[in-house]
Amino acid sequence: MADLNKLGLAQARDALRKGDVTSVELTEACLDAIEGAGALNAFVHHTPDIARSQAAQADARIKAGDAPAMCGLPVGIKDLFCTKGVPSQAGSRILEGFLPEYESTITRNLFDAGAVMLGKLNMDEFAMGSSNETSVYGNAVNPWKVDERQLTPGGSSGGSASAVAADLCLAATGTDTGGSIRQPAAFTGITGIKPTYGRCSRWGVVAFASSLDQAGPMTKSVRDAAIMLEAMCSHDPRDSTSADLPVPNFEAMLSGDIRGKKIGIPKEYRMDGMPDEIEALWASGTEMLRDAGAQIVDISLPHTKYALPAYYVIAPAEASSNLARYDGVRYGHRARLEQGDGITEMYEKTRAEGFGAEVQRRVMIGTYVLSAGFYDAYYNRARKVRTLIKKDFEDVFAQGIDAILTPATPSAAFGLGEASDDPVEMYLNDVFTVTVNMAGLPGIAVPAGQDKQGLPLGLQLIGRPWDEGDLLNTAYALEARAGFVAKPAKWW
Amino acid sequence: MSIDESTAARVAKLARIRVEPDRLPALAAEFNTILGFIEQLGEVDVDGVEPMTSVTPQRLKRRVDEVTDGAQQEAVLANAPDAREGFFAVPKVVE
Repeated sequence: MADLNKLGLAQARDALRKGDVTSVELTEACLDAIEGAGALNAFVHHTPDIARSQAAQADARIKAGDAPAMCGLPVGIKDLFCTKGVPSQAGSRILEGFLPEYESTITRNLFDAGAVMLGKLNMDEFAMGSSNETSVYGNAVNPWKVDERQLTPGGSSGGSASAVAADLCLAATGTDTGGSIRQPAAFTGITGIKPTYGRCSRWGVVAFASSLDQAGPMTKSVRDAAIMLEAMCSHDPRDSTSADLPVPNFEAMLSGDIRGKKIGIPKEYRMDGMPDEIEALWASGTEMLRDAGAQIVDISLPHTKYALPAYYVIAPAEASSNLARYDGVRYGHRARLEQGDGITEMYEKTRAEGFGAEVQRRVMIGTYVLSAGFYDAYYNRARKVRTLIKKDFEDVFAQGIDAILTPATPSAAFGLGEASDDPVEMYLNDVFTVTVNMAGLPGIAVPAGQDKQGLPLGLQLIGRPWDEGDLLNTAYALEARAGFVAKPAKWW
Repeated sequence: MSIDESTAARVAKLARIRVEPDRLPALAAEFNTILGFIEQLGEVDVDGVEPMTSVTPQRLKRRVDEVTDGAQQEAVLANAPDAREGFFAVPKVVE
């Protein structure tokens, strides 16, 4: 078989089980592809020795007739996941040289299921960004290109998106606090799902905003997303918010039959100044679901507009608390001190050197909204607005809505370096995705079309809590009708 | 609400991030842009609304109060920038 790195998880799994290919062959094909893709800057820590050893073990397991879900499938891991003995920096200078002594629950689950790790993937620093431009490793680059410009793969899981779209791996892990799986998936023409808050353990995943953070898979198809999500999910006593619920066989729920399902179209997602192409994509996605037998219902989520400002109180507040642990004492970078410097100077210099500009900005905003005198006006008010945002969704689900269709992003991928200096403008990238984190719901981005330049565009489906199986099935029906098969032409 | 340079300096101090004085005007301006964006939350009627504490209605699990982990001094110290004699080392705190 040629071009083994271009396979998806399901295809490769079936070929492995039939004995048409070995994991070692799949892994070598991916390692070759990674070798030739330095220009994308997607893989930032390479682990070929681990990959080759895991692949050989996987081949032995398959031969012995023990082939779990991910057995022998080479994947990339976002740098936010702690992987034992392998650099795990969260894209930050402050974790330079950090070698975790433990394995995150999700990577442990993937390895137990037989997955092969090719290396660690680029990302915005501490997952704070929407363009992968805040990374200590430099920008990850989108394999899609329409002129001489280099485009962003989105963020914060930009390296994951770039690597999957460019066929450097079969799939990758991502994390999503405000849209960090779904926006880059949409920008690169791949599928990405953020499950319900609590589905995937956060243990060993570097924390950004703990009440919003969820991990999920970034894949080449909806079926692949179902396979990998199931392997990632588990109840984990080490994460107190991990759900003690059985994990369904998501792949078995992909029938493509959505007849009679009620799909909500929220009027508040029709934003002023939204490009016509996004509007047209949304309308055509609506028609595809109608064509599949779903019932289309106009709905209202009245507090949508306030999700992003509430997010920019809650996420920085939680980040300022979570990132207090980077103090130069227990791990990571410590600033060189001058004669007479005390412990406060050590903290201040370490954090000024170790954190990039966007991280510093958010930690300080978080510090401000939590400080005496402002806590009620900002933080408590934002948490009340969050209650209302969640209630908006509960109300429409109570009306019998099964899933909600929206655009995934307000635009196609933009050029690296093109964003203005106004941080708020960058924040608007997450306007359609952030509501889902605020309400703890599952959301999936599915590639559904291309803009007039030929860049991919994605649609988002939002599901009921804990109903990822039904959500994936609706996405599967949408994927079948959208028929998105375009791939970026290789220039790297 | 507008943040001036001295407030920006105070926030930087609270966050334990050194900011050089010449950076403070730009930092204060950035804060004001972001806080200006956040201000629109003031339009929402939140009377009688409970602030969210947990996004999924779940009761935190309880377990028996017993030691489940420990005796990993070497692993705990393995990544320390400065570890001596089984301890984390920091600049002198007490005179």
